[in-house]
Amino acid sequence: MKLPDLTELALRNLRESVLRNSLTTVGISVGVASLVAMLSLGLGLQQLANRRLAKSGLFDTVVVTSRRDLRGMGRDDDRNAPNPGESRVLDEAARSEIEHMHDVQEAYPDIRFITELRYEDKPHLTMVSAMPPSAKSNDSFEGMQGSFFTSDDAAEVILQKAFAEELLGRTPKRGDDDIKVAEVAQPLLGKELVMRYAQRGESAPSGGDATAIPGTSYSVVSREQKLKIVGVSDLDPESMRGPTHARVFLPLKLAQSLHVMQPTDLRELTPATSNQPVYSSLSVRVKNPTQVRTVEDAIKKMGFTTFSILDATRNLQQFFAVLDMFLLIFGSLALAVSSIGIVNTLVMAILERRREIGIMKAIGASDGDVQAIFFAEAGAMGVLGGIFGVVLGWAIGQIINFGLNIYLRRQSLPTEHFWAVPLWLVWTAIVFSFLLSLVSGFYPARRAARLDPVQALRYE
Amino acid sequence: MATTEVTATAVAIRSDNVTRHYRMGETQVRALDGVSLQVQTGEFVALLGSSGSGKSSMLNLVAGLDRPTSGSVIVRGRDLAKLSREQLAKYRLQVVGMVFQSFNLIPSMTLSENVELPLRFAEVDRGKRDSMAREALERVGLKARVHHRPGELSGGEQQRAALARALINRPQLLLADEPTGNLDSHTGTEIMDMLKDLNEQMGMTVVMVTHERALAEGYAQRMIFLADGKLVDDRANTPGGRA
Repeated sequence: MKLPDLTELALRNLRESVLRNSLTTVGISVGVASLVAMLSLGLGLQQLANRRLAKSGLFDTVVVTSRRDLRGMGRDDDRNAPNPGESRVLDEAARSEIEHMHDVQEAYPDIRFITELRYEDKPHLTMVSAMPPSAKSNDSFEGMQGSFFTSDDAAEVILQKAFAEELLGRTPKRGDDDIKVAEVAQPLLGKELVMRYAQRGESAPSGGDATAIPGTSYSVVSREQKLKIVGVSDLDPESMRGPTHARVFLPLKLAQSLHVMQPTDLRELTPATSNQPVYSSLSVRVKNPTQVRTVEDAIKKMGFTTFSILDATRNLQQFFAVLDMFLLIFGSLALAVSSIGIVNTLVMAILERRREIGIMKAIGASDGDVQAIFFAEAGAMGVLGGIFGVVLGWAIGQIINFGLNIYLRRQSLPTEHFWAVPLWLVWTAIVFSFLLSLVSGFYPARRAARLDPVQALRYE
Repeated sequence: MATTEVTATAVAIRSDNVTRHYRMGETQVRALDGVSLQVQTGEFVALLGSSGSGKSSMLNLVAGLDRPTSGSVIVRGRDLAKLSREQLAKYRLQVVGMVFQSFNLIPSMTLSENVELPLRFAEVDRGKRDSMAREALERVGLKARVHHRPGELSGGEQQRAALARALINRPQLLLADEPTGNLDSHTGTEIMDMLKDLNEQMGMTVVMVTHERALAEGYAQRMIFLADGKLVDDRANTPGGRA
């Protein structure tokens, strides 16, 4: 029989005992729904974790330093590397080369220095670092008071909450550290800070308070820069940097234009060959945490030292693989139950339609035709069940997500998407449900096909 | 009919020493016990006997619905016992048309769907199928009932629809199992007249199972009597219409 005829016949047969068949189809739907719900929860959590990790900047960042930098000395992977003195200079050309690598999103110089900031004429010493515009999406700035830099070279500054507290002289007492960020931000936003810093001059000193460094080709000039406080961040965007973490942040371009003397400059004993800037280290952001290793290897080949936190993501992926597997197994249980439902429904249908099968055989239906009709019925229930199941699973996910977000909002936490139903999951679920129905329909269909027509016709 | 010139091609059905045994629990039932007979092409034959005589078993063998325990049934040169299940289904589809006492229409389908069902198995195109089914129903006078379900029709109408279905694939052999058994005498006559027309005008071979001798005498050219699975009498008859 032709496929359209078969489908038509199957659908009309399903309509004949609509209650039983719809109950079976609902059974399949529930099975598919549980599978879809479980898997989309797993996928959703995985995506959430990846999103969080990507935002944190921990796992998609490679820190690049020159081998001339003494910080790279003594590390295992550097033992066989070229002599620090012969390795390449981490200059603008190298930065641009790294930035144009395939999987690299951006590469920006890591500018950080300890300097003095004056607020209301009181000096405060702290670590200052530069932030690229892309850091705006970093989740460390979630819950920040004020706003991000208006432009990449604005004379603006963002403070970390702890430093803001220090400026206000409100060091929290031990055991009582829940000063709200809004509280410290209020008096500071829009105010001015004066940063005093040492500028690295291009040429020999020309008077003033400039000081020449013996044996080098540059001078150091003391400068001041006025900065407007635009934001106070609650979290610490640089918590991963440990002791070198900064508490004051400047826009990257502004920081570059200041030519601040950096600690590593003192170690740079060989003068730069060109007038291009030379960086002590670069932060390289990779498009996807999975590509960190490839990018690291490529940068190492260029002759630089790299550093990244990678193993954590790998463990995480392993964890999610196991989690997805468990969710899949539990989701499949419901589907297994519903496939027994299909077998039951079809076996009942054979009993009921015995005579009809006899008639069809008497007027010329082959075993294959009869088998195909029952297969088609099973398949149709599978596809319908699959479609409803995906919709149901999606709806369950939405409802749970909605509920969880209400809970999160009550806990004054940011809302999230825990659920992900990608298109491939939709198709896989429907195709899987169809195939499972065919497998379930195999025994009944075969039984129907082997029915003896003489006996079947005698059946009333 | 030329009964004197019996050539091999003119034989429609030949059975040689056919037996059909069933097992019913401990006992063995000999439904057919060594039946040999021949039916010529274009003949109208009645198989007569009381219930349990084996006449329906014989018809089922000729219809290809069942296989003999031993012996052979040869229809138009095909030994049915040697056909595979698949070939037997094709044989039923293309060579044989059947009508039953209880009509055997599928209750969930309309008349036209019932009539075109064999065409679906024969994989005839949908458009062609529709017009063929309509035509066949028109020929048996059911033009107005095309979209009705069997349950909405009288017995006579149902049997006419069943006849339309049996003829849709233009079979060479029409097998009727007590075709008037569930009909009143008036509608029974109507159906029998149709069978007679098919036999006389289209030259179709008709084998009819009945237990009504009067019916056989009225329409059949030959009457074959079965009792206890054995052929007991085989005689020519001059049909004289419904007695």
